[in-house]
Amino acid sequence: MANYKLKINGETFQVDVEDDTPLLWVLRDHLGLVGTKFSCGIAQCGSCTVHVNGEATYSCTLPVSSIGSSEVTTIEGLSKNGDHPVQKAWEEIDVAQCGYCQAGQIMNAAAFLKKNPKPTLEEIENAMNRNLCRCGTYHKIREAVALAAKMK
Amino acid sequence: MEKLLKTNRRDFLKVAATASGGLFIGFYWSGCDSPKMKVLTDEEVLSQAFEFNAYLSISPSGDIVIYSPNPELGQNIMTSFPMIVAEELDADWTKVRVFQAPLDNEKFDRQLTGGSGAMPHSWERLRKAGATARHLLLTVAATNLGVSIDELSAEKSAVYHNGKKKFEYGELVAEAAKLTAPDEVKLKDPKDFKIIGTPVKNVVNKEMFTGKPLYGLDFYREGMVHAMIQRPPFGMKIKSVDDSGARSVSGVTDVVVFKNNVAVVGNSTWPLIKAKRQLKIEYEPDGAVESSFDHDRIMKDLLDSKNAQVMRKDGDVEAAFKTAAQVITSEYQCPFLSHSPMEPQNFFAHVKGDKVELVGPTQTPDRARMETAQLLGIPTENITVEITRLGGGFGRRLRADFVVEAAELSKILDKPVKVSWTREDDMTGGAYRPAVRYRFQAALDDKGNMIAYRLRGAGINAGNSTRENNFPSGSIDNLLIENIEHKSPITTNAWRAPITNFLAYAEQSFLDEVALAAKKDPVKFRLELLERAKKNPVGEIHYDIDRMKAVIETAAEKSNWGKNKDVMQGFSVYFSHRSYVAQVADIIMEGGQPVLKKITAATDCGIVVHPTGANQQVRGGIVDGMGHAMFTNMTFENGLPKQRNFDTYRLIRMKEVPEIDVHYVDSGYDPTGLGEPALPPTGGAIANAIFAATGRRLRSQPFIEQKEFSDIKLQIRRT
Ligand code: FES
Ligand code: FES
Repeated sequence: MANYKLKINGETFQVDVEDDTPLLWVLRDHLGLVGTKFSCGIAQCGSCTVHVNGEATYSCTLPVSSIGSSEVTTIEGLSKNGDHPVQKAWEEIDVAQCGYCQAGQIMNAAAFLKKNPKPTLEEIENAMNRNLCRCGTYHKIREAVALAAKMK
Repeated sequence: MEKLLKTNRRDFLKVAATASGGLFIGFYWSGCDSPKMKVLTDEEVLSQAFEFNAYLSISPSGDIVIYSPNPELGQNIMTSFPMIVAEELDADWTKVRVFQAPLDNEKFDRQLTGGSGAMPHSWERLRKAGATARHLLLTVAATNLGVSIDELSAEKSAVYHNGKKKFEYGELVAEAAKLTAPDEVKLKDPKDFKIIGTPVKNVVNKEMFTGKPLYGLDFYREGMVHAMIQRPPFGMKIKSVDDSGARSVSGVTDVVVFKNNVAVVGNSTWPLIKAKRQLKIEYEPDGAVESSFDHDRIMKDLLDSKNAQVMRKDGDVEAAFKTAAQVITSEYQCPFLSHSPMEPQNFFAHVKGDKVELVGPTQTPDRARMETAQLLGIPTENITVEITRLGGGFGRRLRADFVVEAAELSKILDKPVKVSWTREDDMTGGAYRPAVRYRFQAALDDKGNMIAYRLRGAGINAGNSTRENNFPSGSIDNLLIENIEHKSPITTNAWRAPITNFLAYAEQSFLDEVALAAKKDPVKFRLELLERAKKNPVGEIHYDIDRMKAVIETAAEKSNWGKNKDVMQGFSVYFSHRSYVAQVADIIMEGGQPVLKKITAATDCGIVVHPTGANQQVRGGIVDGMGHAMFTNMTFENGLPKQRNFDTYRLIRMKEVPEIDVHYVDSGYDPTGLGEPALPPTGGAIANAIFAATGRRLRSQPFIEQKEFSDIKLQIRRT
């Protein structure tokens, strides 16, 4: 067990966990931030996507010991009032079916648009290809990312 | 007494007042007396401690609360059900809130999500509830104004007389609550719908998109422990367990062996994932320990067996085949599949003496309760089930295995426990789509007419692997449909569009083969068969011929069927779960390689209640059907799936979906479900398009693993 100070959503949290504990489980089990989802646990589906220093990152395979002073943002901290352009676009296009994958999709899209504010549809597809959606909402995801890019 | 009540149930719409002066309308289940009126406290309205089958309440401030009794797993009934109530009520949609109602089978008689049945079941009663509330409110308004109710109109929760707004609904509820519900109410003409058929936003969007706890896996209760369970391979039982490694993982508090399960228990999830890997469990056979190799052989043998069960027989197939000018025979096979919802299975259980609290994602709360009652010997009325949002279901959550084991573990530990499954647990402890092999035979006369048709299905725990009364039954003089099943220890279960999810692909591909042999256009070929069934039906017909024809014609028209020489097309149509869907897949050649560009779908699901939700169900169903047909395989080795996570169990991704063009046939019928019907036709449409483009017939799934496919570099692109 070791003590970690983590910067998450602009606040500092302290947790006492094993070094190898993935950030995902620190968030979900120790900090009650359950918006970040577990699905595969092996960096294949993107449900657990958070931002680490602005980069879309799979939190299920990121050991807490490797985070250091990096800034972590989760879906709960993406915007104060749920009004990040990506969240607004998701509402406008009504993207979700079961919704389980969508927090990860939104986090991935937000990080992507920050780097590439005017993407082509092909670039959107390439970026979003790392997130699975078992409900098959891919058409709407693509539409919503394109819309979010316009909203900015 | 209770039995009697259940079998004699009739719907009574009853009216009551709420303590805060509001109006409450619900269905009351009763076999005999008229229910007594009573005033409901706020708590009673929001909980369930009253004898109404609650549907809606309106407060003096005009807030409307509608209770959604069905589990929500993405089919969007949390939005579409309230839309129906609000429509007949002429409510202001922005003032409507929706609650998920907890399990109560005395109030809600069909609290289950599966079989695309929620909508057809509820359509009329939801409309009645809304219309009754409207009628009561207008009755009060008419009395107050001293005019006839026919002179009044309503819009957005307000009552109008001569075009002038007179009352908000909230002002009328206290008086309305004193009235009794009329026996009959007039429902709207669908052409006057204002909310139904509009793209209302999902009511849970905000919570979903900001990461609020909604799903079972997000559930947390002070004092609960976490647990994960290692379940045995199919056909095996535990011989010995060495749990020393697991116990030594920091954070693990207990290891419990029960039945053939080994549970690791602790205060958070990660130590349990680690501990499970440290378990050394030796298993021994406890029945047949099967591999895919065995299944392949078993299914082939069954197709030649003498013991098949006849499901439908018209005319004399044997005789007709003897006179045939041409006989076409083909076999098709589909593998096991996992449901793999994005949210792995999980459930919370707390057994306290003779009471049980259950919380989690289930498609069948009633079954969860019954099976828990049976296992623990606790009466069902002592068991509560709270339904969380479901991170997908696809049929997996119709079972209760994951609920019962949580309850059992809670009893053993004497603690509240949340059992979570890893993805690997979800895939190896599944209840799979069964593997099935079919043999089709068709006989053509010298004019290319299909004079006989034979289908035999052989499945592994598939039950009836055929749908003997579906098209083309009814259109062929001599027809024989048979089924034969192998019983296996591998558990199977309904998987989105049960049976038809692979039967439709096999049948629609085979019909393509027959049309080709008959030198007929695949669309015309099907229309001819339907024409024949209409003019001169053979035996019983269980589908609506005109509705089927209409979707075929619409799909052909919208896809420019056969009009463009550069587009190679595949056709498919299927009737399932009361809806009709025809699809056309388009492939073009680019640089000598096939590119799958587009799928056009024509659907008749009756009135479309919620177009955004319906579009997603159609597109999502097609994406689902396409992904599994093309990419996904599950093979068994010694009672265990070889594919245990998304690295080897390949699901379709963003870059693999073509454009999907969605059309509806407006038949005016009451709405039928749409959670499933768009999926079955897709595999056939794609396989037939691939044949049209390459001459390769794909008779097994997944396509990419077939040798016929190995040198086809099929690309999938939307633009
Ligand atoms: S849960 Fe992390 S990528 Fe799937
Ligand atoms: S919306 Fe259900 S998994 Fe994406």
